[in-house]
Amino acid sequence: MMNSNLNLLIGLAMGLNLLALGTSRLPALIRAMSAQGVILGVMPILMGHELDWQVVLVALATVAGKGLLIPSLLRRAMRTAQIDRELEPQIGFVASMLLGAAGTIAALALTHQLPLLPEHTGSLLVPGALATVLTGFILLIGRPKAISQVCGYLILENGIYLFGLLLIKAMPLLVEAGVLLDLTVGVFIIGIIVDRIQRAFDSLDTRKLTTLHE
Amino acid sequence: MKSLLLVLVPLVAAALAALWPWNRTRPWFLPAAGLVHTVLSFWLFFNPPAVEQAAWLAFDPLARAVLPVVSLLFLVCAWYGVSYLRIRGERPNRVFIAALLAVLGLLSAGHQARHLGLLWIFTEAVTLAAVPLLHFNGTPRAFEATWKYLLVGGTGIALSLLGSLCLGYASLHGGGDGNLTFVALIEQGAGLSRPWVLIAWVLLLVGYGTKMGLAPMHTWKPEAYGEAAGIVGAILAGGVTSVAFTAILRVRAVVGAAGQGAIADHTLLAIGLFSMLVAALFLLGTRDFKRMLAYSSVEHMGILTLGASLGRAGVAAALFHVWTNSLTKGTLFLSAGNIRRAAGSASMDAVRGMSVITPRSAAIFVTGMFAVTACPPFGPFFSQLCVLRAALETGHGAATAMFLGCLLLAFFGLTRVVFGIVDGRPRTAAKVDRKRFVETAGVLLPPLVLLGLSLWLGLFLPRVLSDAWFAAAAQLYPTP
Repeated sequence: MMNSNLNLLIGLAMGLNLLALGTSRLPALIRAMSAQGVILGVMPILMGHELDWQVVLVALATVAGKGLLIPSLLRRAMRTAQIDRELEPQIGFVASMLLGAAGTIAALALTHQLPLLPEHTGSLLVPGALATVLTGFILLIGRPKAISQVCGYLILENGIYLFGLLLIKAMPLLVEAGVLLDLTVGVFIIGIIVDRIQRAFDSLDTRKLTTLHE
Repeated sequence: MKSLLLVLVPLVAAALAALWPWNRTRPWFLPAAGLVHTVLSFWLFFNPPAVEQAAWLAFDPLARAVLPVVSLLFLVCAWYGVSYLRIRGERPNRVFIAALLAVLGLLSAGHQARHLGLLWIFTEAVTLAAVPLLHFNGTPRAFEATWKYLLVGGTGIALSLLGSLCLGYASLHGGGDGNLTFVALIEQGAGLSRPWVLIAWVLLLVGYGTKMGLAPMHTWKPEAYGEAAGIVGAILAGGVTSVAFTAILRVRAVVGAAGQGAIADHTLLAIGLFSMLVAALFLLGTRDFKRMLAYSSVEHMGILTLGASLGRAGVAAALFHVWTNSLTKGTLFLSAGNIRRAAGSASMDAVRGMSVITPRSAAIFVTGMFAVTACPPFGPFFSQLCVLRAALETGHGAATAMFLGCLLLAFFGLTRVVFGIVDGRPRTAAKVDRKRFVETAGVLLPPLVLLGLSLWLGLFLPRVLSDAWFAAAAQLYPTP
């Protein structure tokens, strides 16, 4: 029962992966990412463990961080830096979506080969995590703009968080440590804003970060 | 308790430095904290505390074998830092000094972490704390370097968290109770689920390997080391990389206990040799003497990884090499910083005749270059000889040949760049700028001291040090 609710949410998150890969507009990418953050945040509560404060804390921190704080910071960075809203992909949108879909299928196939604990068989947590990590990678590599790279990093991080849900009961510390990754994202965004204030930087296109090429 | 002080002293100093209102006197926090830290870590080195097996944080044999050289390097760099920050008096140094001290504290914690999650937390924190150090100059190039460092390093660190989670799942699947100290994981040994251990190993090797700067995950290194101040480069290359290396060693011990040691050693050997090869080839092509140091660092990380794949003797040799490499790299980074400052550029195309403009720094730089390319009687010669002997004794003939070939290529690459900037007639413009940089004792003695220490490790290696390295290797390989 609880597994099917959870699987529904994971399925939604996986759908958002494809949306993030397919969109050509930066605000839509940020929206997909923050929706995924909120979905991920409510998951630990639905996992059927008795609600102790640690689980609630992880859930609250995730919804607040991934769902609200980081997206709003990103929007602010986008405004400060006056970034063009179009994403110019290095890997095309259709190609990224196909890659993402292939990755999702591969993740499902791989999960069948891996030994899982009885309570985790039939759950989409592992394939969902792998597919989301892969989505993050495609975005990191395929979208050269600084802000879209931050979004890619966040989606990569969401995948790791999904995997962490397997262990939230047994090893809460390891899962909570993942909050530090959000901090990394924060540093990224602050970097963009600070840099913008310090000097003009044409369009924050990381392809233009090529002064230091061999 | 004293082992905790190693972490707390620098962190408290960092907080105080952040509150200290005077820009001119703030740099003195660096040598003060560095001195206390060095005294503490050597005191602990000579009086190793009894390690409680279940402890999450302790000065265990592995920490004992590496941490003293980190504090020694930091102390000398801190001394240099006082002169450096006086030269750079125009820039506010509050964040820089606080971040540098925080890096020292977090490094000490990372070296002593005996818990999978804790180790990750400290490595991640070091990564973040180093960001303001790279951005100190505030130039567009510095921003670019910082961005690449954070993006590549951040991805690496994310993958190592995923790897840690997989190792956690391997333990849970094998009936573990959620105890993630390395001791508990090793005890569980063959009970760990095999596929999950292998996935975890790949992810952790890639993740911490990125932090170490192993090829092909080394791409942040030339940018970061090329743009950072010499003192930052020295601490990143000598301190931060070593914590990632000990992380790999600790994880390798768990994988070995799970019965997958042979696979782990093969991957370490392959990635080590690959790093050496890539670094050697780039060394032949680079025209920038600070980026050259980055590639040289990649090469030496390859040597460490190669050593780590060769069993007990190899690990002890690799730990020896951590010492010699940290000290010698420190010499090179600090003297290169002097040359860069005097020359106004780091490119071979723009810099010539530094033996006329900064004769003393150039002399230290050249000597350091010979030391790092394993010319006797400097330390790196002997540590690389130990790695070589371990490789031959374990029957890795082809790997040995490749190792020597890469060393030779790296030697050609390094001499090409170093003599390119040291020799020749200085440009006339550089002569005019000459007054910009004065070779005071404050910027000459620190690299010289590091060079002296490297020489001392080569000539008079104290017995107690090599015993410490073998004790650490024995901790990682309970059965030889």
